[in-house]
Amino acid sequence: MPDESSSNAKPNETGSPVRPYILTWGRQNCDVVRLDMISVVIAARSDVDETALEPEQLAILRLCGRPLSVAEVSAHVDIPVAVVKVLISDLIGRGHVLARAPYTSQSPVGRDILQAVLDGIRRL
Amino acid sequence: MAFADSDGPPDEPLIPQAVKILIAGGFGAGKTTLVGSVSEITPLSTEEIMTEASLGLDALDGVEAKRTTTVALDFGRITINPELVLYLFGTPGQQRFWFMWDELATGSLGAVVLADTRRLDTCFSAVDFFERRGIPFVVAVNCFDDDKADSYDPEEVARALGTSPSVPIIMCDARRRQSSKQVLIMLIRQVEALLSIVS
Ligand SMILES: Nc1nc2c(ncn2[C@@H]2O[C@H](COP(=O)(O)OP(=O)(O)O)[C@@H](O)[C@H]2O)c(=O)[nH]1
Ligand SMILES: [Mg+2]
Repeated sequence: MPDESSSNAKPNETGSPVRPYILTWGRQNCDVVRLDMISVVIAARSDVDETALEPEQLAILRLCGRPLSVAEVSAHVDIPVAVVKVLISDLIGRGHVLARAPYTSQSPVGRDILQAVLDGIRRL
Repeated sequence: MAFADSDGPPDEPLIPQAVKILIAGGFGAGKTTLVGSVSEITPLSTEEIMTEASLGLDALDGVEAKRTTTVALDFGRITINPELVLYLFGTPGQQRFWFMWDELATGSLGAVVLADTRRLDTCFSAVDFFERRGIPFVVAVNCFDDDKADSYDPEEVARALGTSPSVPIIMCDARRRQSSKQVLIMLIRQVEALLSIVS
């Protein structure tokens, strides 16, 4: 995970021309966004008042120094997915975590993504 | 400019996009084995909470607290590149878990139905589910009995499962990475082929 935003400059390998869907609960009055099992989350570089968080949330924040799916977080902290979603939603609301929504059936996966997946599997 | 715009904080992190493939099949068909053979991490296990409602049982008495039970789901991960991650989910085949399949199936690239030749009937419900949802799938026949691996031919399996001739069927050994890779490659090819028909 490159710790830089210079990825703007290099060509996007997956070819997706859109900005990632950063969920910003609480920051704006945006629609309720549902977290999916494979929504990818990462800790935001924000100041955290650790005393204001549940221990489980602190554990989640520490895990999320690198991008992880909701399912991975759930497995690592050993808390059911449904509960982890609530904990993460709250962290997103407080601005401590950013999330990227996965593809949904409403936005079919493009050929460029399929090709990238194919290449990735072949490299295994 | 793929990952930032003028409104975003300057140090907005790169968050990869996730895609998923489902590995369905009956208990013991080799789902976890297949996931583990290609995953870059030891397959992880996560729990979903099921209430009686999601199990399709009616509460007989409104006063009675809803009982809950959990079902384990295992999955693996393949990092395609810094911007794309593929997750493989092993999904339990029983019909009573279908409530979970709905969420799992949403947004998935496609599915592998792992068939166990000793118990072909255990994957009927998976085949049925993916056909009805129009989710691209392939059938991988996990050859448990190495001596008899040759004795099954794909046409026979297709007939037994009632799948259309357009659904690819491949023999595999879920323990071997090369074999599991071929299964996944065949699935992606099938997804691409179906995309061509639609567009
Ligand atoms: N002989 C043989 N055994 C296998 C194969 N795939 C899985 N197994 C074994 O079958 C058992 C069940 O596999 P598992 O992956 O746990 O099945 P799951 O319930 O579908 O996740 C395990 O003991 C595996 O080691 C295979 O291709 N050949
Ligand atoms: Mg298993």
